[in-house]
Amino acid sequence: MPTGTSPPTLTPSQTAGPFVSIGTEWDATGQAVPDGTPGVVYVEGHVLDGLGQPVTDAMLEFWQADPDGRFPPESVFASWTGFTRALTGQDGSYRLVTLKPGPVPGPAGEAQAPHIDVSIFARGLLQRLVTRIYFSDEEELNSSDPVLAGLGGPSLVSRLVAIRQPGRQPGGPARASTFRFDIRLQGDQETVFFAPW
Amino acid sequence: MNLTTGGAGPGTGPLTDPVTGLVPAPVPGPVEGTAPDPPYDYPGYRSTRLRAPKRPLLPLPQGETERRGPLFGESSVDPADSDLTIGGTGAPIGERIIVSGRVTGSTGRPVRRQLVEIWQANAAGRYRHGTDNHDAPLDPNFTGAGRCLTDDDGRYRFVSIRPGEYPWANHQNAWRPAHIHFSVFGTNFAERLVTQMYFPGDPLLALDPMFQSVRDRRAAELLVARFDLAGTVEHWALGYVFDIVVGGRGQTPADGPTAL
Ligand SMILES: [Fe+3]
Repeated sequence: MPTGTSPPTLTPSQTAGPFVSIGTEWDATGQAVPDGTPGVVYVEGHVLDGLGQPVTDAMLEFWQADPDGRFPPESVFASWTGFTRALTGQDGSYRLVTLKPGPVPGPAGEAQAPHIDVSIFARGLLQRLVTRIYFSDEEELNSSDPVLAGLGGPSLVSRLVAIRQPGRQPGGPARASTFRFDIRLQGDQETVFFAPW
Repeated sequence: MNLTTGGAGPGTGPLTDPVTGLVPAPVPGPVEGTAPDPPYDYPGYRSTRLRAPKRPLLPLPQGETERRGPLFGESSVDPADSDLTIGGTGAPIGERIIVSGRVTGSTGRPVRRQLVEIWQANAAGRYRHGTDNHDAPLDPNFTGAGRCLTDDDGRYRFVSIRPGEYPWANHQNAWRPAHIHFSVFGTNFAERLVTQMYFPGDPLLALDPMFQSVRDRRAAELLVARFDLAGTVEHWALGYVFDIVVGGRGQTPADGPTAL
């Protein structure tokens, strides 16, 4: 993509490589809130490559508003940072423990449906990938969300909506909800990735 | 420094390995004036083949989630974490170095009190990681990970040892140049950056698909640290400077987001 005559001043991206966990394991609990926090939800899924094989060396970062739609330092939720990260396991799986975000304003102040921004870092990714997690039990807000509306069809929308799983989390706290969200780097169900810049 | 391989530069033929006579990973010639970031799909780096997305990226308007970013406080970092040479019971093997620099936005504004993380191989070129099978010794006194917060001027400083080069399976006789992995947070979600710092004068840069994946030569040079005599401590450690500029990844907001 030509950018004309302006000199490049930004430091280029390079891949995080296969050993990213060495440098990022400190915050890689996958817990934006401690497990058992009232209202906790789980988002679980797998990261899969172009052959459908698990990506076992990815680092995912999650960034989101609190249930009121606020970010630090405005958030009134105790010790809310809005941020956590998780390393994928040997089966390519990850698990996020968090609270569901509230709606937040878009660029012109219009309401956006609750969402979590996700960055994906891994060997083979020369830049991070960025996607969004929406929630299947927010049908009304999802239907008026400007980002989802701009995707160009329900097939693409469905790739960004985490599906609420029936029943209780086995052994988990009462009323905890589990959502399923897989990330496919390639293939006919390739996840929708964004350029957030 | 000649950062190119392949036949595109003046006076350069295909660069063959002097021992094997083989041409290393296919690398097209340099492109001036392209975006600073490497493409996702870069055949010279084999792992991109099954991981680079095939669909174009879609624009993501800058809403509140993108305009904000995680804030890190003093409590997230132990000051000792910026010295990678003091974690063990003795000194790690290798050449002690001091790597410092400044994290700024594209307008020069310092990125204040934000997290900088590094990870690297030891002096023998081995990572302390379960999947690193390189036949080189681990160093019991070196974990290879560090972190710190930038100060109010955006500055950071690490004490470490110079990482060794190491082989990888990308192509025949492939070796990574010496490098330190860097992870930095800007002031908003869009400014998040993970990159690698290289050392000046490394002959492996011209053969390295990761470094070469940055198609703009001037942008690639930003990944090479500068030897820093002023940052060198006499009788103790050599200094290197690596400044990092984070921002809108090659576009100003006025350009509007477009697919890459
Ligand atoms: Fe490395």
